[in-house]
Amino acid sequence: MNGIHDMGGMQGAGPIAPENDEPVFHERWEKKVFAMQIAASGQGLYSGAEFRHAIERMNWIHYLESSYYEHWLTAIETLLSEKGIISREELEARVKQVKEHPEAITNFPPSNGPSQLAGRLEKMVRQGGSTRREIATAPRFKPGDKIVVRNIHPGGHTRLPRYIRGKRGVIEKDHGVFILPDTNAHGRGKNPESVYTVRFDAREVWGEQVAVRDSIYLDLWESYLEPAS
Amino acid sequence: MSSEHGHHPAPLSDVEARTRALESILLEKGLLTPDAVDKVIAVYERDIGPLNGARVVARAWVDSEYKKRLLTDATPAIAELGFGGRQGEHMVVVENTPTIHNIIVCTLCSCYPWPVLGLPPVWYKSPPYRSRVVIEPRKVLQEFGLRLDEAIEIRVWDSSAEIRYMVLPERPAGTEGMTEEELVKLVTRDSMIGVAKAKMPDAHV
Repeated sequence: MNGIHDMGGMQGAGPIAPENDEPVFHERWEKKVFAMQIAASGQGLYSGAEFRHAIERMNWIHYLESSYYEHWLTAIETLLSEKGIISREELEARVKQVKEHPEAITNFPPSNGPSQLAGRLEKMVRQGGSTRREIATAPRFKPGDKIVVRNIHPGGHTRLPRYIRGKRGVIEKDHGVFILPDTNAHGRGKNPESVYTVRFDAREVWGEQVAVRDSIYLDLWESYLEPAS
Repeated sequence: MSSEHGHHPAPLSDVEARTRALESILLEKGLLTPDAVDKVIAVYERDIGPLNGARVVARAWVDSEYKKRLLTDATPAIAELGFGGRQGEHMVVVENTPTIHNIIVCTLCSCYPWPVLGLPPVWYKSPPYRSRVVIEPRKVLQEFGLRLDEAIEIRVWDSSAEIRYMVLPERPAGTEGMTEEELVKLVTRDSMIGVAKAKMPDAHV
């Protein structure tokens, strides 16, 4: 979707503000949100594509005014309630309770030794999990092929940024076959297809104002591309 | 927290309250355990960070065969040093040279190679960097204090799929006699994102 998250090439966002000696997390709640996302996705409650799309569906103003981990929290709430794992009413009632009587919520019984979940999640983050599929397909393109990116504007999830649509590039590398997030985020199947690194001249994308030698590389699913002459 | 000292607790912010509410529900439902929360946080606060990437870079600087493997097929080369996992399943390492300068970004969200760089800094995840670096990389680099000649080719890598990128910065001049361990200290997180060069050797003496 042409959402607020798709910001490549937008202007006016202001200076970049690096922080010296930045901690991994700034606030305790951020750590909790990070762990909840790892736990929820690690237990298969939703896919990475669904999670990204839940962030993309945020209200524009809320997206821009909130921090990264608030995006995560919002997406977890959205997905768990849409999937019926928690209810909105239950959540809002608990938020009210936490605000009015935080002391009643803070103490949880200590675990009886290490939980199975802790071990599972640690293994998962240390091993990772791929969306690549080892299936034999005939890739439509090979390195050196000229392509043009389709001028499409899907209303749902996509990993095709707006700024590259309609642009001409050259296939740099074939990375094999990956689950298609555009359908997977909506429960419409995994539809694995080839992913390619595509090189674009910066001038093809932005015109004469950029340096002639500069380039941009994106990783794009096959169905985003068409052959160019 | 002041509540632990018996004072009246400070009011919770909205996001703190929402986090605590969701956490308590997930704990009750058995979808979360307190030690799982602690474990996941500890992995990324203590074990996985940019020191991993710095070790990969320093190894590539001293071992040309390793560097070749790293640039050809990065994921197994990085695994040789014991690093890998979530958000690093498919790694590509791109090399900076006197004529080519690489920068990584994720314009759509905040994709970042966790196993080698840890979790991304706030600026990497924020609108100014994500929006600007693809259209005006030279201005962005200047804000980081790096002014590159027009003759140098800039390559911006927008991590739009499941491949994660890391930059292999140039080995600084004057480091010929340094050991791999000494070289590790010159490799900053920013140099592996591509918004800086590796530190000069006298900068850390």
